[in-house]
Amino acid sequence: MATVSLRALRKSYGPNEVIHGVSCEIADGELVVVVGPSGCGKSTLLRMVAGLEEITRGEIAIGGRIVNDIEAKDRDIAMVFQNYALYPHMTVGANMAYGLKMRGVPRAEIDARVGRAAATLQLDGLLDRKPRQLSGGQRQRVAMGRAIVRDPQVFLFDEPLSNLDAKLRGQMRVEIRRLQQSLGTTAIYVTHDQVEAMTLADRLIVMNAGVAEQVGTPLELYERPATLFVAGFIGSPAMNFVTAVPAAEDGWLEIDDDTRLRPPPDRAPLPPGRKLTLGIRPEHLTLAGGIAPLTVAVELVEMLGADTIVHGRLGNGTLLLARLPGTARVKPGDRAPLGIDPARLHVFDQETGKRL
Amino acid sequence: MTRRRIDWLPHLILLLGVGIVAFPIYVTLVASTLPVAEIEHGPMPLVPGTQALQSYRDALFMGSTNLRSGAVVSGMLLNSLVMALVIAVGKIAISIISAYAVVFFRFPLRMVFFWMIFVTLMLPVEVRIMPTYKVVADLGMVDTYWGLTIPLIASATATLLFRQFFLTVPDELVEAAQIDGAGPLRFFWDTVLPLSRTNIAALFVILFIYGWNQYLWPLLVTNSASMTTIVIGIKTLLGGADAQTEWNIVMATTVLAMLPPIAVVLLMQRWFVKGLVESEK
Repeated sequence: MATVSLRALRKSYGPNEVIHGVSCEIADGELVVVVGPSGCGKSTLLRMVAGLEEITRGEIAIGGRIVNDIEAKDRDIAMVFQNYALYPHMTVGANMAYGLKMRGVPRAEIDARVGRAAATLQLDGLLDRKPRQLSGGQRQRVAMGRAIVRDPQVFLFDEPLSNLDAKLRGQMRVEIRRLQQSLGTTAIYVTHDQVEAMTLADRLIVMNAGVAEQVGTPLELYERPATLFVAGFIGSPAMNFVTAVPAAEDGWLEIDDDTRLRPPPDRAPLPPGRKLTLGIRPEHLTLAGGIAPLTVAVELVEMLGADTIVHGRLGNGTLLLARLPGTARVKPGDRAPLGIDPARLHVFDQETGKRL
Repeated sequence: MTRRRIDWLPHLILLLGVGIVAFPIYVTLVASTLPVAEIEHGPMPLVPGTQALQSYRDALFMGSTNLRSGAVVSGMLLNSLVMALVIAVGKIAISIISAYAVVFFRFPLRMVFFWMIFVTLMLPVEVRIMPTYKVVADLGMVDTYWGLTIPLIASATATLLFRQFFLTVPDELVEAAQIDGAGPLRFFWDTVLPLSRTNIAALFVILFIYGWNQYLWPLLVTNSASMTTIVIGIKTLLGGADAQTEWNIVMATTVLAMLPPIAVVLLMQRWFVKGLVESEK
């Protein structure tokens, strides 16, 4: 059990800086998910914590001990890899025992610990099998078992579910969360899948191009995304972005000649004439009767049963997705009037991409 | 009708092929069981004779008038066996270690070393044989097992093969071992070596036969009868113009010379098949 501190971490390969100063304090027992598109530096960040990549600048402390110059094996961490990285020639039992054997743990204790981990992960009958005789989900469990027998201070997960099919992924996600909570071990989890990130995380670090765009709880990120990137990344279907300009006379947000939205309440007036990007979540749009602020020409309708996703275009050609109840009856070719609660509008500066 | 012809034609071709390969071996076997006179005053019968036991016993333990005194086939077989084993094991040991270094470690001039190994592929034994002989002679290793084997041990081919295999080992496996606390030697011993088993077996077969069939180098570096290898022995058994050739002994020796490579292939076959089935790493 330990806290993990990332302090102004930077990583360069030669003159190329790929991580530009990431900081985060991770509490004991917390599960922090690092999420972002591929190439954003999230895996590099994790590998720096693991001790597999050198830290160019900044500090990492695990349990208060600065580990910059400590080797991976002495950092008291355990890592689960995307392709599991099981030793192919060893049995499941030997795979889980290997790390303990290297540390000179007595045979009897190794057996007891492996037995306990196998029971927790429902691997009891499989200890004598070789990894290639197992299914993807079972291999994933063995990789988890190898991590938990070590009883480390921190678990590191590098996209552990990417190689599983969708159904198994959902199942394993729940299992990982339950396991991590019952063990109470601090964990850092890297993924590119925002749904996985939202469901697992106590807190998220959203990374983009080597920068931590925002750190916060899933709800904070959903409700108050700090930047356009975070706004677009979190939530499915993704947030709609519409360009608007606050009017000088009343502060209303003008999208085009006939479309004006009331600005969000309880906030400082927006600078008139400044180009803004409005963020509208598809699930916050409602089908309004009569005159509604946003009228779209419907192009495509996805009936999902519980929900109906409507793809429509505003008068100025901007594409808008709306997630309506399954009972909504909308056909392609219709003109659908959509309403939005002004309190749920997100306003960003178009130039800086920052929330206003 | 056409269907039938298609059926027997490939069989005929295959039988012909087998016949061409197998017939000389059959003749060798038969000849080794006949008395000399029957072979020399042909046509040689194609049915085995009754002299088998005597021919093989003579070949193995008595030697032949054409051999240098003291040389018997059993001794030559032993020499060849030692040579082939030391070369095969030595080549594998050296090349697996060098490939491990080149693939898994970052050290200065790594690629230079790799290319130096690679370039030696362009220098076959025959090209460097005189300087090599000079070195071996100066070291006083003529007529020793050391002289016979050490110069043939360095192997670029095996190093390259192992390198190609090691490159397919996923990085994550190396990192998992690192986190598990296995140092480089441990990782080599516990993971790389077991994973290379089938490659080692395949190379062992090839290199054993390579070592067994060496002719030019043993011819240069051995002088005494007690160091002669079997391949050279066969040549010596075929007497000169004035000496009589004991064909039954020659044939028996040839058969004996074939046995160890065949044994190695048969023993290692199991591993080959295993290697093919267990393709997944």
